[in-house]
Amino acid sequence: MSDTAQSGPVLAADGTPLKKSLARALRLQKTRALLLIAPLLLFVLVSFIVPIGQMLWRSVENDIVSDTLPLTVQALKTWDASAGELPDEAVYAAFARDMIVAVKAKEHTKLGTRLNYEQTGISSMFRQSGRKVGKWDPVADAPFKQKLIDVHDGWGDINTWRVIQTHARKVTPGYFLNAIDMRLTPDGATTQPEDKRILIKLFGRTLFMSLIIMGSCILLGYPIAWLLANLPMRQANILLILVLLPFWTSLLVRTSAWKVLLQSQGVINEILVWLGLITDEGRLVMINNQFGTIVAMTHILLPFMILPMYSVMQTIPQTYLRAAKSLGATNWTAFWRVYFPQTVPGIGAGSILVFILSIGYYITPEIVGGTKGVFISNRIAYHISSSLNWGLAAALGTILLAVVLLLYWCYDKIVGIDNVKLG
Amino acid sequence: MASTKTDDAFVEFDRVQKSYDGETLVVKDLNLSIGRGEFLTMLGPSGSGKTTCLMMLAGFETATHGDIRLGGTEINNIPPHKRGIGMVFQNYALFPHMTVAENLSFPLEVRKMGKSEREAKVQRALDMVQMGDFGGRRPAQLSGGQQQRIALARALVFEAELVLMDEPLGALDKQLREHMQFEIKHIADNLGITVVYVTHDQTEALTMSDRVAVFEDGRIQQLDPPDTLYEQPKNSFVAQFIGENNTLMGKVEKIDNAANTAEVRLDDGSLIDTIPVNVSEVGERTLVSIRPERVEFNKDRLHADAHTLKAEVLEFIYMGDIYRTRLRVAGNENFIVKTRNAPDQRRLKAGEILDIGWRPQDCRALDA
Repeated sequence: MSDTAQSGPVLAADGTPLKKSLARALRLQKTRALLLIAPLLLFVLVSFIVPIGQMLWRSVENDIVSDTLPLTVQALKTWDASAGELPDEAVYAAFARDMIVAVKAKEHTKLGTRLNYEQTGISSMFRQSGRKVGKWDPVADAPFKQKLIDVHDGWGDINTWRVIQTHARKVTPGYFLNAIDMRLTPDGATTQPEDKRILIKLFGRTLFMSLIIMGSCILLGYPIAWLLANLPMRQANILLILVLLPFWTSLLVRTSAWKVLLQSQGVINEILVWLGLITDEGRLVMINNQFGTIVAMTHILLPFMILPMYSVMQTIPQTYLRAAKSLGATNWTAFWRVYFPQTVPGIGAGSILVFILSIGYYITPEIVGGTKGVFISNRIAYHISSSLNWGLAAALGTILLAVVLLLYWCYDKIVGIDNVKLG
Repeated sequence: MASTKTDDAFVEFDRVQKSYDGETLVVKDLNLSIGRGEFLTMLGPSGSGKTTCLMMLAGFETATHGDIRLGGTEINNIPPHKRGIGMVFQNYALFPHMTVAENLSFPLEVRKMGKSEREAKVQRALDMVQMGDFGGRRPAQLSGGQQQRIALARALVFEAELVLMDEPLGALDKQLREHMQFEIKHIADNLGITVVYVTHDQTEALTMSDRVAVFEDGRIQQLDPPDTLYEQPKNSFVAQFIGENNTLMGKVEKIDNAANTAEVRLDDGSLIDTIPVNVSEVGERTLVSIRPERVEFNKDRLHADAHTLKAEVLEFIYMGDIYRTRLRVAGNENFIVKTRNAPDQRRLKAGEILDIGWRPQDCRALDA
């Protein structure tokens, strides 16, 4: 028996504190458990945590200017851009020396590309100048100020130096500003010119269309889930196979099938024309726009809505409906007041799943979305593979991640994440 | 006490049949009338059709043939929500997303009752089942017995005259079940409601009911008050289903219809006195049934001219309130005798040889 009257920590039989001896007894078990999950933990770390961390870092990282032009950055520190005068010879000399090193290492074009995001034209300046400056000698060819301006008159433009000075910081908010249609200029953050403001619109469209897709999945999935949960075993199994069938077909094939169905010479239009419901000139435009994206993605994401709803509905016994009816409720009241509230956890789980999946969807909008039906993810893909502006892609990705987490948090506050049942 | 007359029947099954697959009948030609204020139990093994009958009455199953009448009105085509019948389900079916008070308020809300009236009725119903302080709880926060009370209160709160109960105590432990049996009975008596109660537990049926309908194979085998049912089973199914029962096989030797007695020659050759229940001819095979507590081995208490049988004690079991002794009688090794644990009662020992007997009216010759 434990001695409750005794003050101080409870002791084990051999006199050591009970907590200590319990910890010792459990240590072996804990170690063994940890070893069992170690491979998975390592895998998750390498394939999940590290890439996400890297992405987060890349969205603010800006080493390239200070790494490529270390002396210039140092020299520019004392230069006051607001005075309206070009930097003095010291800065030009530092720049020339940096460039000679950079050209040898072939780093100057990368820097040019980076600075070109901020001011168009700088990329070609660096490429042109690199060819000549690379042949110079850092001592014999001094002074450099006039020579550089002769090589490219951009070096005589005060703005060039202001851009270099502004982006010399190792950590920059520039990519994030770009991601929300703003930019970092020497005069501080300003909005992008009208014709370049597309990202916020894209974000808005992505959220809006994801909501519509989620909504149509709920509307289409709910009756099917109900059928699944209430049909006799045999029929329910067949229906479940039909629901799962899309999972076993390639995503690309399914998306392309929608192209076949929806295009202006496609199956649906042909049938409508043949039936005389529309004229040959008045064929419906159902693809390469938002409609096409919504239809195809609703179809693709539907199982993710049905399965959680089904698993929740399966646990709701028929007796609840019977009880409600015996208490005097009509079919509709029984459904709405008794059955439906109990399925909310399933709807919630399905909605989170579908919404999060669709907000980052890429392939389907790419194929059927045209220009009006693309998502923010298509823009991210563009910046990763075409414009090579990985910093901006990372910033967009980070914002997307933040939006999802924020929505998840809201959902937790409103509905409660404990109420979500995936199975 | 309940009326058994058809003319003032409150609930009436008239030649009701039910089939699910069109090949076999689950309920075969059911005729049953239940009086106003009666507590009727449908008792039977699973698959005997008793729950189907209850569901037809509630409106969740439709009768394949025949009429069901409630207070004189045919209700075959009235949907369940318009029948106004209260129902307590096996697993209570309390709505998990509503509080206790909301559960009770639900039937009143769908009847468009005003808020203050609703609250008063809910509170009265909760007080009735001694759960007055639990209105704000969720069903999941209540114990099984408490949920049972709430389910009962919910079935009663809208003042239904007829309440159906589908094995409502099945999920409770023994002690609580016994307690709830009396409580349900008292509440039903106080409110004067008619109760149709389905169970497969014969003790429950005997303790609670005014009348019990024993179901088997889609038919009512016997419909009688509990004491009649127990003491005068009409056939061997009822005799064996209700309570414990000793059976001996034999042939009818002599029938005296005037005195309502029959002598039966058991398979081992011995002769016993019985009353014929559903045997009519000499030479007919019969199953003789005697209740364990009606068997007598004290010579002083036996009739002088009663036929007795030789019995060997095989096992003596002390059960507290009673002694249970297993005997070998006429080749039957599971012949049970129950005796009350009284100060003067003799404890038999294994190996003893006794003469046993009984009053002829306790020994019933039934169908084999």
